[in-house]
Amino acid sequence: MLSLLEQIIPSSTVALIIFATLPLALIAVYALFAIWLERKVSAHIQDRLGPMRVGGWHGWAQTIADMLKLIQKEDIIPTNASRFLFKMAPFVLFAASYAAFSVIPFSSAYIGSSINIGVFYLLAVTSLLTLSVLMGSWASNNKWSLLGGMRTAAQMVSYEVPTIMSVLSVLVVAGSLNLMTVTEMQAGNDVMGFLPNWLIFQNPFLLVAFVIFFISIVAESHRVPFDLPESESELVAGFQTEYSGMRWGIFMLAEYADMLLLSLLGAVLFFGGWASPFGEFLSGPIWGFIWIMLKGMLFVFVMMWMRWTLPRYRVDQLMEICWSFLIPISFVNFVLIALWEMIF
Amino acid sequence: MARITSPQPAELQKKTMTINMGPQHPSTHGVLRIEVTVDGEVVKKAKPDIGYLHRCFEKYAESLGDFAKVVPYTDRIDYVSALHQEMGYVIAVEKLLEIEVPERVEYMRVILAELQRIASHLLGIGTFGLDLGAFTPFLYCFIEREKILRILEKVSGARLLYNYICVGGLMRDIPEDFKSDTWEFINGFRPKIKELNDLLTTNSIFIERTANIGVLPAEVALNYSASGPMLRGSGVSWDIRKNDSYSIYDRFDFDIPVGKGEVGTVGDCWDRYIVRVREMEESLKIIEQALDQMPDEGDVQEAVPRRIRSKEGEIYVRTETPRGELGYYIISEKSGPYRIKARTPSFVNLSILPAISKGALVADLVAIVGSIDIVLGGVDR
Repeated sequence: MLSLLEQIIPSSTVALIIFATLPLALIAVYALFAIWLERKVSAHIQDRLGPMRVGGWHGWAQTIADMLKLIQKEDIIPTNASRFLFKMAPFVLFAASYAAFSVIPFSSAYIGSSINIGVFYLLAVTSLLTLSVLMGSWASNNKWSLLGGMRTAAQMVSYEVPTIMSVLSVLVVAGSLNLMTVTEMQAGNDVMGFLPNWLIFQNPFLLVAFVIFFISIVAESHRVPFDLPESESELVAGFQTEYSGMRWGIFMLAEYADMLLLSLLGAVLFFGGWASPFGEFLSGPIWGFIWIMLKGMLFVFVMMWMRWTLPRYRVDQLMEICWSFLIPISFVNFVLIALWEMIF
Repeated sequence: MARITSPQPAELQKKTMTINMGPQHPSTHGVLRIEVTVDGEVVKKAKPDIGYLHRCFEKYAESLGDFAKVVPYTDRIDYVSALHQEMGYVIAVEKLLEIEVPERVEYMRVILAELQRIASHLLGIGTFGLDLGAFTPFLYCFIEREKILRILEKVSGARLLYNYICVGGLMRDIPEDFKSDTWEFINGFRPKIKELNDLLTTNSIFIERTANIGVLPAEVALNYSASGPMLRGSGVSWDIRKNDSYSIYDRFDFDIPVGKGEVGTVGDCWDRYIVRVREMEESLKIIEQALDQMPDEGDVQEAVPRRIRSKEGEIYVRTETPRGELGYYIISEKSGPYRIKARTPSFVNLSILPAISKGALVADLVAIVGSIDIVLGGVDR
């Protein structure tokens, strides 16, 4: 992809910048679409019309109107807030999310950086999300925000353990930290003659790993039933209480970017990434991109579906699920997967 | 002599933080906040601070000088179950002035009151779910509540503050298609209760959030004079419709659901919730029987006096509203009401909050306040 851009564009620096900003364009378009989708999913589940007016067909312009509104809003900073940290927090949050996209293989021809430590890098960079949430909550000098920030830190640090354990179980099978390599080994249809070579079909314990992974990413991207960081009935709006206008909007954007990032990671690790489910049929760079986005959006849709169905856990129950169930199960599962790989 | 106090070691001086909780809901702006002293996330003390929603109902009622003119003001006490407030007041006045009410009017009042009870419980259950983060059941409840409000709107012309029940009768006769509308609602509502049970009652997250939370023992509930689902949730079978029957409630066959601690302890938030759900089913039973028994003909204005002739005396009449016992204490003079005092269940039930929220988590406090199901109009009259 980069070499193609370099051929078209004379300056290699410009080509590199365009190459690097492609995921940004993707995230922006996806966020607009996802927020619209969230409205529609909620409206369908709740038997109501939802915003059907702005822009004509199914209110497609609603998110754009929302965005314009948010940009125009006053940027309020509380008097006693730590101004620099307060202003920086949303950007650090988004930067962490965005930086992680660089190792996601979007298709056989596009990956930001095909490095050997891809998964390791991704998990390390997403840890910055915790830092930025804590930064924003601490800097806004609000007791509710602080409570929300503390909860978030506890939640994200805890759920990182089962996430990493389930990712490790995949890596034991795949034998590589490079996400491109992991995807490439899943192409084709050989399992039992017709199933695609996706990792989820190759080992029964990987199914357990996937369930643990999915629960953990719901918690990591703080969605219902684990949306304690911003539980509006308890903590006003949690860590983002004092944020207004586009700074709040960037928090929102980062949440959706995070959802997509973790969903795509799930698709790459368990469901073959850009690999087509029909072997050679409908494969290629363009189709690959469509396949991985479809798989990712499916998980995003499930997360939305859960959001509009379930109530919210309490913070200690959330911790209990993580420490007394997910972590022990994921450890045992890890050992079982290793044994399976040794035997077969 | 100077008192000698030994300084506590620094590690024993745990810091507590006082925070203001609420407004939880746009309608509680300025009318309710909870001063919470927390140690981390554990509530040490929760003190409800009620604000300003003064409708001055009691003062107005005294200065109006006419029993009939007070009815619209009673609506404003508890605006979620306005018909019950009217009905309680009107029954008190009728008892005081010894006015006989026609059969048809009694049946109509019961049907409307029970419809209103379902509407009120739907709102209580829906917002309770909303407090726990479940958004969808709230809207499902509102769809059903809307159907009831449509019926009530057809009957009285208003959606929230009806001013429909008047001393001696009703303001006007019911529309012709009232019966068919109500039957249609009942038949459509039964499956919806099942849906609600699937979404909330049996949801394990919901049970974890509500079972064993905010436990109110029967003894404490009685000491605080709690009433309605708050008391029945604690396992006390006390319903004024049955135990101290008024209007024509003794003609109907219905049960009083009480909390049995099916998923936790008796008197926890889940018990209070399930009592409301089951009461809706009982209300449906009452409405069905009343619709069958109601006489088709009759003038609803028959017993309405042209001018109310007041007489000296005093009376206390209590009725069962969705939130509990509503009592009107009326002292009457020859010229009209001298003093009217309303005993509203929301105020009494809210006063239990400090007793049951000690040691709970901040998130539990939300659940506890939600399970009390207060209406601030009733807290600050």
